[in-house]
Order: sequence, then structure tokens, then C-alpha cells
Amino acid sequence: MADETKAPEQAATERPRSEGRGEGRPGGDRPRFGGRGPGGPPREGAGGRKFFRRKKVCKFCVERIEDINYKDYRLLGQFVAESGKIVPRRLTGVCAPHQHRLSSAIKQARNIALLPFAGRAS
Amino acid sequence: MNRTYELMFIVRPDMTDEDLDKLISTLQAAVPAAGGNVVKIEKMGKRRLAYAVRRFHDGIYVLLVVEGGGPVIHELERRLRVTEPVIKFLTVRIDEEQKRLAKIKALRDARKKVSAQPAAASEETAAPAAETPATV
Repeated sequence: MADETKAPEQAATERPRSEGRGEGRPGGDRPRFGGRGPGGPPREGAGGRKFFRRKKVCKFCVERIEDINYKDYRLLGQFVAESGKIVPRRLTGVCAPHQHRLSSAIKQARNIALLPFAGRAS
Repeated sequence: MNRTYELMFIVRPDMTDEDLDKLISTLQAAVPAAGGNVVKIEKMGKRRLAYAVRRFHDGIYVLLVVEGGGPVIHELERRLRVTEPVIKFLTVRIDEEQKRLAKIKALRDARKKVSAQPAAASEETAAPAAETPATV
């Protein structure tokens, strides 16, 4: 799986969670794209167990979407915040290669007025 | 130099269908003259713009897929720029992306064929592995 490679860097900041992953959490329910994670502080230290966060996975890897096109504004709209900003992958869980394509597609869509530069689409 | 480009442009919403057809046909005629050929023309219809462009809030989107080199694009963009009803346009080179997608598709198809026979065997081994964490 693609997020296997991501695991070590996450484990560095969120050490307590890696042990808690085994309990009652079969791999089956992980690939649900949660949008943004629940808004906990990124570093919680020892109290990290209280916030039980779902492991984020890349939507494009899971659903095997390879074609990230600027014309598909509905898909791109899921990765744009209310303000019109591109949502960082730390919040969405998109992997680096896909985020790269995604951000350039969003920028192209903005240029042709399919997505707003700022604010909501009028 | 054979490259594929995609030109998307927006014309003002109050344009009539005949005028739009006329505009598209003139653009289409300009492509072979510059040494390219038209692959596809698609009228994507009227759509609300995400932001106001020249005080318009709606626009008619048209997509034009063209094969050819730089001179073709240069000529088309020049024409779009001087055409009054065209309010915005975007050119994207798509041949390399198409190549990449075709490669991925071929790879996936090949993998599917290989995994067709041992699929039953791998499912059996995967099922108990997935269940064990649930029962603990």
C-alpha cells in the first residue's frame, strides 16, 4: 500500500497512535476519506490516546484516480477550502505525487474560472 | 513536431448559437492553415463562472483539441485574443499526460491478467489476516 511509506514519518510525531492501531481496527474501514481530521493539536505528547484519529489515506491512491484534470471541478472542489485555498495534504492525507498534480490542476481550473481564486464560487 | 493541445475558451453568455458556430468554424479553418489538425470540438454549454470576468458572471465554455506544433497554438491564441466575444482562454498541452495515463492503464491491464488465476488463493490467505485484529 502507498501509505506504508508514509508511516515512519508520521510515527515520529504521533508515537502513541501507532500502538493503538491494532485494537479493533481491521484494515477494512481505514480507506474512508475523512476530509479533514478532527481538529486536535498535531503534537499531543503523552495525551495522544485521547484523540483517536483515523489514519488518513490518499483518495487518489485508494480510488485509483490517475487522471487529475482541471476540467473535473467537482473532484477538485473537494480539496479546496471555503476560502478558495488549496487544502494542505497534512489535512487531507493526499500523497505527495498526487497533491502535486492536484495543485496544478486546481490552478489551471482557477485560470479558466471553474474554481475561484478567493471566496466562494459566485 | 506533433503535440496535442487542449484549448478551452469562454465566450460571453449573450452570444447566439449561429454566431458561436461561425466563430468556431473560423477557428477550425485556421488550424490546417497553420499546419495542424483539429481532433475534437466540444461545446460544454453555459456555466456560471467562479468569479466575474469582464463583468460577466456566466459564460459559454468551448473545448478545442488540436494537434500540431507551436505555430498553430500561436495563431489560435492570437485569434482568440483579438476576437471580441471571447472573454477568457486557457491552453494546456496534454500529449505527455495522455502518454502517462496510457502507460498506467497498460500496466494495470497486464497486472489484472496475471492476478486473474491466483485471485482465489490470495483471497483465502488475506481473509483470516484481516479478521484477526477485529477479534482481539
